Amino acid sequence: MKEGAEVRNEREFPHGKSGQGVGARLPRKEDDRLMRGRGQYVADIRLAGLQDVAFVRSPMAHARIRGIHVPERYRGSVFTAADLVGIKPIRAVSGLPGFKISEQPVLATGKVRQVGELVAMCLAPTRAEAEDIAASVTLDLEELPAITDMLKAREPGSALVHEHWGDNVFLETNYEVDISAALDAPIKLTREISTARQCMSPLEGRGVVATFERRLDQLTLHSAAQMPHITRSGLAECLGMEEGQIRIISPDVGGGFGHKGILLPEEVCLSWLTMQRGHPVRWTEDRREHLVASSNCREHHYKITVYADRDGTLRGIDCEATVDSGAYSSYPFSACLEAAQVASILPGPYKMPAYRCRTFSVATNKCPILPYRGVARTGVCFALELMLDLVAAEAGLEPGEVRLRNLVLPDEMPFDNITRKHFDSGDYPEAMRRALAAIDIASIRAKQSQGETDGRRIGVGVSIYCEQAAHGTSVYSGWGIPMVPGHEQASARLTPDGGLELRVGVHSHGQGMETTLAQVAHEMLGIDVAKIRIILGDTAMTPYSTGTWGSRSMVMAGGAVATACRELGERALRIGAKLLQHDPASVVLQNGEVRGVNGSVSIQTIAHTWYRRPQDLPADVDPGGLEVTQGYKPVRDSGTFSYAAHAAVVAVDPDVGEVEILDYVIVEDGGVLVNPLVVDGQIYGGLAQGIGTALYEEMPFDASGQPLATTLADYLLPGATEVPAARLDHMETPSPYTQFGVKGIGEGGAIAPPAAIANAVNDALRPLGVELMQSPITPHRVVEAVLAARTAERSAA
Amino acid sequence: MKPAPFRYERPRDLNAALSMLAASSGFAKIIAGGQSLGPMLNLRLVQPELIVDISGLAELKRAEISGGELVLGALVTHADIEDGRTADVTRGAMRAVAANIAYRAVRNRGTIGGSLSHADPAADWISSLAALGARVTLRSLAGARTMAIEAFVVGALESALQAGEIVEAIHVPVRAASAHWGYAKSCRKTGEFAHAIGAVLVDPSAASARIVIGAIDTTPIVVTDAAELFGGRIAADYKQRFDARVADALLTKAGIDDATQRHIHVSVLKRAVLEAAA
Repeated sequence: MKEGAEVRNEREFPHGKSGQGVGARLPRKEDDRLMRGRGQYVADIRLAGLQDVAFVRSPMAHARIRGIHVPERYRGSVFTAADLVGIKPIRAVSGLPGFKISEQPVLATGKVRQVGELVAMCLAPTRAEAEDIAASVTLDLEELPAITDMLKAREPGSALVHEHWGDNVFLETNYEVDISAALDAPIKLTREISTARQCMSPLEGRGVVATFERRLDQLTLHSAAQMPHITRSGLAECLGMEEGQIRIISPDVGGGFGHKGILLPEEVCLSWLTMQRGHPVRWTEDRREHLVASSNCREHHYKITVYADRDGTLRGIDCEATVDSGAYSSYPFSACLEAAQVASILPGPYKMPAYRCRTFSVATNKCPILPYRGVARTGVCFALELMLDLVAAEAGLEPGEVRLRNLVLPDEMPFDNITRKHFDSGDYPEAMRRALAAIDIASIRAKQSQGETDGRRIGVGVSIYCEQAAHGTSVYSGWGIPMVPGHEQASARLTPDGGLELRVGVHSHGQGMETTLAQVAHEMLGIDVAKIRIILGDTAMTPYSTGTWGSRSMVMAGGAVATACRELGERALRIGAKLLQHDPASVVLQNGEVRGVNGSVSIQTIAHTWYRRPQDLPADVDPGGLEVTQGYKPVRDSGTFSYAAHAAVVAVDPDVGEVEILDYVIVEDGGVLVNPLVVDGQIYGGLAQGIGTALYEEMPFDASGQPLATTLADYLLPGATEVPAARLDHMETPSPYTQFGVKGIGEGGAIAPPAAIANAVNDALRPLGVELMQSPITPHRVVEAVLAARTAERSAA
Repeated sequence: MKPAPFRYERPRDLNAALSMLAASSGFAKIIAGGQSLGPMLNLRLVQPELIVDISGLAELKRAEISGGELVLGALVTHADIEDGRTADVTRGAMRAVAANIAYRAVRNRGTIGGSLSHADPAADWISSLAALGARVTLRSLAGARTMAIEAFVVGALESALQAGEIVEAIHVPVRAASAHWGYAKSCRKTGEFAHAIGAVLVDPSAASARIVIGAIDTTPIVVTDAAELFGGRIAADYKQRFDARVADALLTKAGIDDATQRHIHVSVLKRAVLEAAA
């Protein structure tokens, strides 16, 4: 360990115990603003002369554009691809061999490839008037066969989304380790498993306010973005501008989940428009645009075979995974991140000697698939954990036993698994044992044997996953996408009155980083968190960063803040020593002051001296002063591995199909928790989204590629009444590689619930001969399966 | 999601409203609570020339017992009924239905007349009021007419309302002391429209039963003489005699081809039957 001396993994955080440092359950600072309705989101921004944009979007999934007809009276207010001279399409290339490139025009040219694709941009003083103009524009479209089924799209002879490819496959990958060794296993189970296409549905949708400031020769884009620096790079490429000419301001952001990491064609369009028109322009995504045209995710299909011994020991997995990537490759994550990751993460936290996985990223006439909280892991966990329950049933074992037989063991850490994922630390079996104990399997089995009086059936299900987070250069350089994270930087500046300003390039859209990063700084410097301001979400104000994604911000930005604060502390210490007339080696920085044997001097006084009384400074003072930018990488950047075991008890009505969650337990190990209260919030929020995946959320399409859930009346999201009061238990196994031993935990809550809930439903209905292998588990799917099982039983009898 | 341009009027009395509707030659929409019309306007699913906001019509907010029945003005809100601000002749049946319509914000603004006029097959009132044997009065400048709820709802989102006509009042008969009431619905989540509704009003001592299967793709199935669903006669043992096959046949006849959907509807109706109580 290179920097071992600087990495503190023991529970030795004095300020956590005092209530403000690492480990403190501190209420979120930003909530004072956000919970009182005083947040400022993109849609709240008012600029003089602002006009609104509405888009004409394709009503067809696949069509050739023969003409765009604009009424005479609206000429000059409507802009099409023909107007956007010099604007380049969005290109998100992957370096993986065989990847086929798609170019996403910011306004459609030649063809439209998805319902909702932008065709024309309409400008008016208000959004309502802009929508009136959009409604008056007529499109002459020649409909082409829509490609809506990713499995059929792989077959020869399918209609093509991008004709010059010759097929519809963005990328095919193949990973194999000795699969032939598994073939003689006594248990061999094969199933097809699928997860529905979903929409991410943050409370706030996307939105853009663009303006050009002549004085600065600078385009300023206010955008609900979680990765503003990456947005800037992508935008500069499309617009042909220097990055310095573009400033991205991302104010308060109401949830991101991946959707807000993507460079939008709307961002490019509005940037061009404001520079053309010379006044600010705005587009605010409405919920129909969000559902139909933008934020799709999750659609996976697995054909999976699990090999096991009679005692439940895994012998191998053989899988063919297909992801419906939609029409275009999105910037910066590309169209293949999801499917290609499946191959590397499908083994989950389990050991196995043999493995094979082929993956296909398939182009269809749907929205581009975007990386949603849990990226690929939710589908992988669903597929693998459902299969392990079948192994358990086949072997006559409790599902928990099969997990315990195959999980990576604590004394094997750090552990390199079959796909060479490097598990940093943890005790996975202990998490599973605690979950099984908390959910009380024995009492549920006893209850099941008695039967329910109300006709419902009780079931229990478990699942466990690992969440690789904050994976860095060594992982992402291999993907070859437009973005590779390197060192994360943070700036720390003492103000003349002894406050602290921290500038970071990550963003906070619900994660509570205005609090947790302040806690990290407090831990290092002892400054009251009330006097620490976090500045984020502005490319002009913050160090470069790939931004907030991949559960990386606490590991990376937290590490960077700690590193910058350590250096800042040393500089303050040298000034303090001079003021105390001590040798620097004989003083310490504690609780916000420099202490020596003769007394102490506060950071406030030190700051005052640097800024206001430089005559009192030591001769050898660091001329960099009390302003520091430092970079950070974990000792090893292959990622932290947090994990959790989930257990659910459900009651299922087999005749009406309703599923009620009766109990839910999560045993989570996120390493050292900077703020357990914030982590609890992350887990609860993720759980709600996982329940959505399990039971409610689905964006269906008809054969012509029309999305069918176009409002929230049809696209169901779980509400407060659908999310149970889950019981949380934390383990804290530090990561050996990161500052404080923290691990990324942002996505885990959304990964395991679909598998745990589906396993519980299947456990409830297994005596009826029912097996549900598709999410979401809707009443219709439950009853359909129950009726099919009854018919099968009758015909067998 | 902004509505297309429209004119807006807020008349002060019913006659003024009726005159505006008559003068608009059919291109007007009435808005009361706006819980259905609001989203439809914003989605531009309807683009009326004129919106007549009737929320200022005091005469439509009355609720009184008159002539042995409850007469509810069209502007009575779901929350008025839920909270017991209106008289009740159904011994709590309407109050319980009201309390489970959508969620509280909708109930605060949504009106009983608006819900009926919208005629959404999945809404609660068109099914529950049909089971309770309620009638509705429609008024236009030409006069008034009264009809049974089941006659008023003629299809999905289609009512018997003609141009210039407005729902004025709902007449709910007194529920007999011996009548059992059962109402069940299945919703994907709390507050969502139901995908299956069963409503039953069974009076074993009078050997009568009204049964409604609602939230199907078309008009609710209303059986006013429901003996066939109980093996040919209504008696104290009606719960044991419920015949799911008859209900299934009714759904098939109504054009519900999907056997799974039929099974869910029948199961929800059965739930209403089993939960029915005096």
